[in-house]
Formats: sequence, C-alpha cells, structure tokens
Amino acid sequence: MTASAILIPAAILAGLGVFFGILLAIAAKVFAVKVDERVPKVRECLPGANCGGCGYSGCDALAAAIVKGEAPCSACTVGGNAVAKQIGDIMGVAVAKKQRMRAQVMCSGGDLAIKKYIYEGAPDCIAAAKLGGGDKLCPYGCIGLGTCAATCPFGAISIVNGVAAVDYRKCEGCGACVAACPKKIIKLIPFESAHWVGCMSKDKGASVVKECRAGCIGCKQCERVCEAGAITVTDGLASIDYAKCVDCGKCVEKCPRHIIWSAKRQEGGGLVITHTGVK
Amino acid sequence: MSFGQVLLLMFTAILVENFIFSKFYGCCPFLGVSDKPDTALGMGLAVTFVMTLSGAVTWAVYHFLLAPLHLEYLKTVAFILVIAALVQFIEMFLKRFIPALYSALGIYLPLITTNCAVLSAALLAIQNDLPFVGAVAFGFASALGFTLAIVVFAGVRGRLEFSDPPRAFRGFPITLIAAGLLAMAFAGFAGVRL
Repeated sequence: MTASAILIPAAILAGLGVFFGILLAIAAKVFAVKVDERVPKVRECLPGANCGGCGYSGCDALAAAIVKGEAPCSACTVGGNAVAKQIGDIMGVAVAKKQRMRAQVMCSGGDLAIKKYIYEGAPDCIAAAKLGGGDKLCPYGCIGLGTCAATCPFGAISIVNGVAAVDYRKCEGCGACVAACPKKIIKLIPFESAHWVGCMSKDKGASVVKECRAGCIGCKQCERVCEAGAITVTDGLASIDYAKCVDCGKCVEKCPRHIIWSAKRQEGGGLVITHTGVK
Repeated sequence: MSFGQVLLLMFTAILVENFIFSKFYGCCPFLGVSDKPDTALGMGLAVTFVMTLSGAVTWAVYHFLLAPLHLEYLKTVAFILVIAALVQFIEMFLKRFIPALYSALGIYLPLITTNCAVLSAALLAIQNDLPFVGAVAFGFASALGFTLAIVVFAGVRGRLEFSDPPRAFRGFPITLIAAGLLAMAFAGFAGVRL
C-alpha cells in the first residue's frame, strides 16, 4: 500500500467538498433574496410565544406583515403597549395606546348547571358540543372539558367546579381561547375592569331557572341599581358597558342569582370562581 | 431499460419494498412529523423532491467521478456530501425563484439533509446497478412510498388522539404499536413477486 492510495481519495473528497462549498457560496450570492432588515428587528421585539392571537400563523408571520404594512404596529395583543411602542420606533410611526385586555369566561354554571345526559366521549369541548351542543341543558353554558385550557399558550386557564376559570395574573389577552371555545362564551374585557356578568344565556327567565342554578333571568334589578347606566338587559341577558362602568359593585350585591362577579369576590375565593352564595 | 421495467421497479419500490414498512429507513421523520396529514404531506413532498434530484446527481457523481478512479468504496461518504450540498442549493434556489414552494416545504427541506432514506435510495440504486433512468425512477418511487406511508400513518394517528388506550400505552407506545401493525399490513405485499 502506497501513500497515494490514501492521499488520492482524500484529495478527491476534499476537492469535492471545496467544489460544492464554492458552488454554494456563489449560489448564495446569486440567489440572495433581499429581506427587509426591519423584519428581524420587529421579530425580536415580539414575545415569541407563537400564540396566534394576532391572527397570523406566528410571530415571524406577524413581523413580516407589520413591515409590509398589512398589520398595525399594535397587532400583538400579548406584548401590549411596550412592544407596540418598540415596533413603532422601528417602523417610525407613533402608536396609539392600546387598552390591555384579559379573557373572561362568561358562565357561572358548571356543576350548578343541570345536565341532560352523561357524556363519556373524548375529553374535548368541540367533540362534546357536536353531541346536542354538550351535556348541559343550557345551550349557552361552559362545557367544562378544557379545550380553552389546552389552547392557552400561557397556562392561565384551569377548570374549577366544572367551569373554565382564567387566572388573570397569567392571562396576556391573546384571545386564543376566545377562538377555541365552541360555545363562544369567552370574551376579552378591559384588564382593569373588576366586574362582569357570568352568564351568556338569552333564554327566558323561566327556562333559565330550569336549566341552571346560576343563570341570568333578565330581572333588570342590576339595570335599575346601576347609577352609571352601564348595565343594560337585552334579550333577557344583562351586559356591562365597560366605557361607562365605574366599578361601584352595587350590581354584584343586588343580583339575586349571584352571577355578576367582581374581581374582589374572585380573589376572596382564592382567585378561582367559587359558587358560594348560590342557593 | 424498457418502460415496463421502469414501471415494475416503481411499483416494487412503492408497495412491495416500501422504505418505511419493509426496510425501516426514514423512521425518524416518519414518527416525528406524522402528527397531522398536511404536515405529513409537506414532509413527503420535500422528500420526493430531494430524493428524485439526489438520485440523478449521485448517479452522475458515481459513474463519472468515482467509478473511473476506482474509488467505489468512497460512495457513502461522497453521497452524504453531495446530498447535503444539493439540499442547501435547492433551498436557496427555491427561496429565490419559487417562494411559494419554499414556504410550503418550509422547515422540512433542511430537515431531510441527513435523512437516511435519501442516502439509502442513492446507495441502493448504485448497488442494484440501475441505469440513469432507473436511478431517478427508483428515487422518485421510493419517496412516493415514503409519502404514502407517512400520510396514511398521519390519518391513523389522528384517530389515535381520540382513542382511549390503557394508561401505559398512551402517547408514544401506542403510536409505535400502530406503526408495527401498519408494517404488518404492508408485509402482505411481500407475497407479490413480479
């Protein structure tokens, strides 16, 4: 065996490597695609959770859309005002301050809601909703199988007493759960607002009483007691106008069904929705 | 190589000697990206693309460079180099000229640089002394077999997600068992000798 028996194959292989290396280097120059330098900069500002709350497939897609001008600088709900301002600086536009939002499950039913059948299928709200709209008599109520909890990229949702409860300290207001809920009972409300109506039922009072021990019967007592005129009852369901609400809490005391919630009451129950007080 | 022979070769590569179910090549992407049918199809497309091209390029490298110099034993190392460079090149080319295909293949294109299925398709074509047309057809058909396997399995996994196996089997174990059952089903084709 001579030295050339080793050297020649080694040289050929090395030559092949160098040849391909040069080819790739040339190709990289020839085929270079101009990427707007602002895209990676914007991408760096974004949180990178890829939650999809903005409506784009992920943070990369949103960064590209912002630079293209298809999305506003404040499109990222998770990043909030801080991120919107950073992106605004890169893009050279002033960004209007955006209100921070949090998700709230508008249902107080859960174990208090009457069931119409026993569900034993896949543990998933979307699957359960296909079977006669879920196992609750109330067609509006939370199914409580936790599709929102599985969707939440921040682990802010858990199922407590059969209802999904959002831990607002973890909630970033991305809205992923709002889109995931088959019953459409999760709403984004202003982060600071302390009160919400924990029911979505538009049924008449008499049928609500049959369906659930914690449903809005549309008695209008909250509407009358509200001095700010923030509560209106339409289609047998109370709703709060957050632009007018002053967080006085009088509706919470007045509601005979105890379905108007306040953050204070939620804190008192260890931050999770408790159903104390409902007869 | 006649047209009939090429067809026979392709049929054998897709069903009888399916890369995944009878040779167990490319099991990593097979298990890794078969969660959803559309990502599985994306992976299958990327593999088809690379395998067909690498079949052609490695054949040329072997017959015009290695064989004349009597360096046949270098083919494994040389092919790895060729395939890796080829994938890089294809990626740049697609990004520049066919961005739609580039974003459709996405992350899967660079992932298959070191896929053993791609390498083995090139090596087997040389081992079986296939002519150029045969080597390209073999690469293409093997990749089609891979795509078939991964898409079918993605469908199976979709059903597994909503099944209720015993606790010990949940997740990966039941996936492996399902893959084994599917391989047994494909073993039925082994009886077809053409």
